[in-house]
Amino acid sequence: MPERPPPEQTIRVQYYALLREQAGRSDETLTTAARDPRELYAELRARYPFTLPPEMLRVAVNAEFGEWSQPLKSGDAVVFIPPVAGG
Amino acid sequence: MSPFRFSTSPLDTATLQRDVRDESCGGFASFEGWVRNHNEARQVTRLDYQAYGPLAEDEGEAILDEARSKFGLRAARCVHRTGSLAIGEMAVWVGVSADHRDAAFAACRWIIDEVKRRVPIWKNEHYADGESGWLHPDNTPADAAGQR
Repeated sequence: MPERPPPEQTIRVQYYALLREQAGRSDETLTTAARDPRELYAELRARYPFTLPPEMLRVAVNAEFGEWSQPLKSGDAVVFIPPVAGG
Repeated sequence: MSPFRFSTSPLDTATLQRDVRDESCGGFASFEGWVRNHNEARQVTRLDYQAYGPLAEDEGEAILDEARSKFGLRAARCVHRTGSLAIGEMAVWVGVSADHRDAAFAACRWIIDEVKRRVPIWKNEHYADGESGWLHPDNTPADAAGQR
């Protein structure tokens, strides 16, 4: 029997700075089979002309710094954080 | 008022300084970051700041907490502007008070460096030729291969 595909989940993504410019939007709610932020970013890179590689980003899940490999669940809010430049 | 916060309106240093006044303190140091009219040999006309609100506030508070214990400060505050800023406007203010000046000077420097390194804030420079670009922490373009 073939392996079952991962279930689809509803994830809210917010974009900042260069990612917002390149996505052409500040946030969206996606239905995705991505299991973790790494897969989610790969999926988004196929859709948008993102130039920043994941090595240059940090990830936040539900307004806390998170891990690229942490499992996502439906309702999570994900932010990919470009290199910061305040001050 | 929260020790680290964002403001969409101009900063008033007299009011900010009042918040860190303490009779046990003999030293106060502050840092002001201003919008300058040039970067990397290009003429800049304005800066737009974006912040990832909730996470940025938490990270900013954590930096001020760390500074208070690391340098033995009596008080530490930081306010950062968001939105569109004109040349010469104050983008960030850091103020600390301590019993003696050494701690005040050192902590002020440490806080602004940590804020620039850790807090999710971004700036988009607008240039005299009509182009614009998001910056990396070292003030080089974030998208060297992109629109620029």
